[in-house]
Order: sequence, then C-alpha cells, then structure tokens
Amino acid sequence: MYTQGLDQKDKHAASGQAIAESAEQLAAFQERIDAEEKIEAKDWMPEAYRRTLIRQISQHAHSEIIGMQPEGNWLTRAPSLKRKVILLAKIQDEAGHGLYLYAAAETLGVSRDQMVGDLLSGKAKYSSIFNYPTLTWADIGAIGWLVDGAAIMNQIPLCRCSFGPYARAMVRVCKEESFHQRQGFDILVTLSRGNDAQKAMMQDAFDRWWWPSLMMFGPSDTDSKHSAQSMAWKIKRISNDELRQKFVDATVPQAEFLGLKVPDEDLRLNAKTGHYEFGEIDWQEFLDVIAGNGPCNKQRLAKRQKAHADGAWVREAAQAYASKQAARAAA
Amino acid sequence: MSKQEWPLYEVFIRSRAGLSHRHAGSVHAADDQMALDNARDTYTRRSEGISIWVVPSARIVASDPAETAAFFDPAEDKIYRHPTFYEVPDGVDNL
Amino acid sequence: MNAEQALIAYVLRLADNALILGQRMIEVVAAGPELEEELANANFALDFIGQARMLYTCAGELEGQGRSEDDFAFMRDEREFQNLLLLEQPNGHFGDALVRQFLFESFYVHLLDGLTRCSAPGLAEIAARAIKEVKYHLRHHSQWLIRLGDGTELSHARVQASLDDAWQYTGEMFVADAVDTVVHESFAGPDLEAVAVLWRRDVAAVVEQATLALPGDQAMASGGKDGRHSEHFGFLLAEMQTMQRSFPGATW
Repeated sequence: MYTQGLDQKDKHAASGQAIAESAEQLAAFQERIDAEEKIEAKDWMPEAYRRTLIRQISQHAHSEIIGMQPEGNWLTRAPSLKRKVILLAKIQDEAGHGLYLYAAAETLGVSRDQMVGDLLSGKAKYSSIFNYPTLTWADIGAIGWLVDGAAIMNQIPLCRCSFGPYARAMVRVCKEESFHQRQGFDILVTLSRGNDAQKAMMQDAFDRWWWPSLMMFGPSDTDSKHSAQSMAWKIKRISNDELRQKFVDATVPQAEFLGLKVPDEDLRLNAKTGHYEFGEIDWQEFLDVIAGNGPCNKQRLAKRQKAHADGAWVREAAQAYASKQAARAAA
Repeated sequence: MSKQEWPLYEVFIRSRAGLSHRHAGSVHAADDQMALDNARDTYTRRSEGISIWVVPSARIVASDPAETAAFFDPAEDKIYRHPTFYEVPDGVDNL
Repeated sequence: MNAEQALIAYVLRLADNALILGQRMIEVVAAGPELEEELANANFALDFIGQARMLYTCAGELEGQGRSEDDFAFMRDEREFQNLLLLEQPNGHFGDALVRQFLFESFYVHLLDGLTRCSAPGLAEIAARAIKEVKYHLRHHSQWLIRLGDGTELSHARVQASLDDAWQYTGEMFVADAVDTVVHESFAGPDLEAVAVLWRRDVAAVVEQATLALPGDQAMASGGKDGRHSEHFGFLLAEMQTMQRSFPGATW
C-alpha cells in the first residue's frame, strides 16, 4: 500500500542500540493493545513499535506528497474548467494528508525535516504506484478510481489503528478522500459514454494501471516480513492478500460497468467462493520499482529535491523575519 | 542563519458558534501570523470552522502519562459527586 | 461599441485575468517551499479559477449565444484573450510569483469593491463573493512580502528585484480604454483613476513595511487588454487548450 516498503527488510533494525524493555512492560503494553486501548504519543511503548510507526506513517506521508505529481502532471491540461478545479482540490487534499501524517509521526519524536530529508536522500520509501507516468487524461480517471480505491481499502482499517494520532489522522483523511475515488470513476464514466478515441484512451489507461494497482497492497502474505508483528500490535488489521482480494472483488464489476476488459487472461469468478481468482502479479516489476528503477522514480524525487532546494531561501527568510520580530518585541 | 525547521503549532478550531474550540491538528509556521494562515488553509478547507486558535506546541504543558494514576485515579472513588449516586424516592419529581 | 458589448468584453477580461493567473499558479503545484504554503497556493488558485468560471458563465448569459465557460476558456485564440500582461508572466521563483500576486491583488480588491456597487446584472453578486477571497489572498501575500523584504539580505535583494521587474506591468491596470469607460459610465463600474490612488497608497505602505523601495516612474508595458500578449502566452494557451483542441466536440 502507501507503506508497502515496510514489507521490505528493515535494514536499521539490527543497528539500534539495545533498549531495556522488561518482559512485564512488554506484556502490559500488549494487554493494552489487546483491550483495544489507544496508545498515545507520550505513553510507554516498545521501541520497535515506535520505529515501525515512524516508518509506516512517514512512508504514508511521503506517498501522499509524491502522489501529487502524477496527477499534477495534468492540472494545466485538464480538459474542462470543472475537471481542473476538482483535480486541484484533490491534489491539494493530498498535500494536506501528507501534512496530517507528518504531524502524526512528529508526535513520536521525529521531525518533519528528518523525514523529508530521508525522502529526498532516497533512504525512505513511498508507494510504488506513483512511479508510473500519467500519459493521457484517462490516467487521471484511472488513478482516482483504482489508486484511491485501493488506498481507501487500506486506510479504512487504519482508522482503528492502535496508535491514536495515526488513527485520528486517518479518520480525517478518509473523510476527505471519500470524493477522490468517485471523481476518478466519474471521469471514466464520461469517457465510457464518449467517442471511440475516448474509450480507447480509457482502456489503455486501465491496461497500464491495473497491475500496478494490485501491487499497491504489497507482497503476498507469505512474503511479507513485518505483517505478523504489525497485526499483533493492531497497526495493521487486515492482511495484504485479503485487502487485495477485496479490491479485485469490488473493482471487476465496476470495470465491466465501464465496458473495460481486465488485462488478465486468468481472471474468473469462482462461483463457489464468490471471489474473483486472478493471475500472478509480476513481483519482479514490483521489486524493481520499489528499488528505485520504475519509470519515474528519479523524476519524482528530483522534482521534490528541486522544490526543497528552491524553497530554502524562502524558509530561511521567514525565520530571519520571525527572529527580528521577536527581538523587536523583546527590546 | 539557522536552518532549523519552522516551529510546530497546535491548531484549535471552533466549528460553529456555541461550541468550544477543539484540537484539529498541527502546522509548521515561522511566526504566529503565518501559523494562523496555515491553519486556515489546512484545516478549514471544507468550512470546518468559524474561529481558529494556534499555539506553539512547545508552549503546551502536558500531564505525564507515568503519573496518570496519581493524577486521575483519586477522582474515581468519589462517586457521591455524581447524581446517580443518590436514590430518589418514588413520587418525588423535579429533583 | 454599445453598452452591452462593452459589458460582455469587460466581464470576459475579468474572467481572463482570473483564469490566466489561476493557470500560472497551478504550474507550481507540488513545487512550493513548504507544505503549508502549498495548501495556501492551491486554495488561492481554486478561488481564481472559480471566479473565472462564474465570470465566463455570466459573459455567456449576457452574450446569449450559448457559449459555455469552456468555450471561452478553451476555444478562443491568443488575440481574443484580454488579461493583463502581469498575470501571464512566468512564475519565476517564489518571490517573483509573490510580487505578481501582491501587485495584482492590491488592484483587484479595489476593482472588486467598485464592482460590488455596479448596476450590471450578475456582476455585483460575483464581485461580492470574489472580494472576500481576494482580501484574504492579499493579507497573506502582503505578510509574505514583508517577510521576504525584511528577512535575509538574500531575500531582500531577490524580492526587490522581483518588484522592479514586475513594475512595468502595473501601468496597464489603470489605463481606461473604451470598454472601461463605457462600463464606468453606463453601469456605474469602477473609476480606474480612483482605484489607482488607492492601489498606490496600499502598495506603498506594504512595500515600506517590507523595507523595500518603490520602483520609480518608468515606461509601462501595455497590450494585454488589447489581446497583444507576451511571447510566453501562446505556450500557456497551447498547454491549457490541448485537450479541447485535439478532440473537438468531445465531452469530458
């Protein structure tokens, strides 16, 4: 998902110094979790819980921020003024969601500067999906429908996550995002009723976004390294594969409504289970994109790096002014 | 010039007249006025508020979770502070 | 030109101003100096494009030929757009874009104030909505101008240069042509000479607080109101109109 990089190996886990955590403390913590108590930032928590949350929440935030770019690519070319303002409002929401999430992570004692630094240096991960290019207007519809659709499936259970600040941020995010998926679907409904070129544009976008959307849920449960612990801590509530299945079951009928053909020869409805069975995901592609070799990884990061560097004098000026004002007030 | 990040502010919003301000989240800002603007542009995009307070996060004084028991448990056995503690005889109204 | 024709042209100019500025502003989405300012910029761009939509719709109704907001935005050519030159200037750095916003909004807020009292059907209502938005923008951008002007040596020098560069585009705002004059006389529209006095007073006050120098009298660029634009403008338009031009008649 937006934090699928979590499922990769934690390179820093071994390097952290040993912190005295008694069996009693750990047991008492787990008891609170099992009793569905929310953990707040200043409460005692195992170091691994804190570290997992910082990684997960910051990756989630980075995904929101990088996620502005593929859609931002069509902002100046949106085909109508109505679509333009809707898209702008949506992209702005993503900036807001990144902000809420950074703030939630900051309660754990990590600064936004540190997190942004990790993103810009390439150390931190973000969702693989945003490393694919948006080539036509239909991609904007496909992103809203598929990518936001997948995100919502992941984010709704996160509203019940055991860490209070994260859960509260997700409640706000989910509330605001409720229009995101619909606006994407609405774009595609309009295309599906349009001319042949528009229909072809839609199918092409769907062909390119379908598989990367399925990859958003992360590696299959058998390969997911952090899932069991995250489930026990109630940071994660539903497994990758379960969420992916839910997404496919919900999405295939919508694709049919749009007159789209799912680009998967193995896709079929299992009448007994009521679930769709689908083909094998190209996990090599997934790993490549996560590793930084997707079509747009370098471009996405370069844009953020440039914005950050270009803004340095502005941020410093505002601080200098604030210091002068404070000095004047004190004088 | 220091290259520290802008300080963090906590944002409190009154959603409509008659309600108290509630914590909405945080923003970074270089100064108080900017904090107010940033809170406005971040947290009231969907008509969520009619009044905003911002306060530097560093100025918030919070109780210590380690002292939760000492702080809050003593109130628990003062059940006579609650109206439900008292039994009202049948036939008595307006009490 | 009769009064009705002048009014349509006038409303279209207002709409063009709002749209072209909004279009410039969205070019820098995801490239702001800080996340919070990113949200502010998007809010302001939403306000401007929203105003453009209302104004185009209003112009379409006045014209009565069934032209929609999108027809005006996407199917007119460069020479038909009559926005101010200031608003089509490329974004440059944060200080350049900020000065552009500040100079225009200092003017626009007084223009809108005048328009809230005009007698043109529909326009006063749109102005009453827009002025609330623009007052906030102006407050925000004035504060930022003061921060940059009175910030570091570097920011002071940069934003002074931005102000000096943009100044040549401010004269055009106050030169009343036939359209302005007819709307002033027939619909009680704003008096640009009076607006100029207020603009100069407000701009001077903020510039002084920002410890910046007001640029001196100089040759002023003009042509926007007459559809003679900067060379940048054609590219802005080509990008903005590409979908409607590539797929004529399609619905999006």
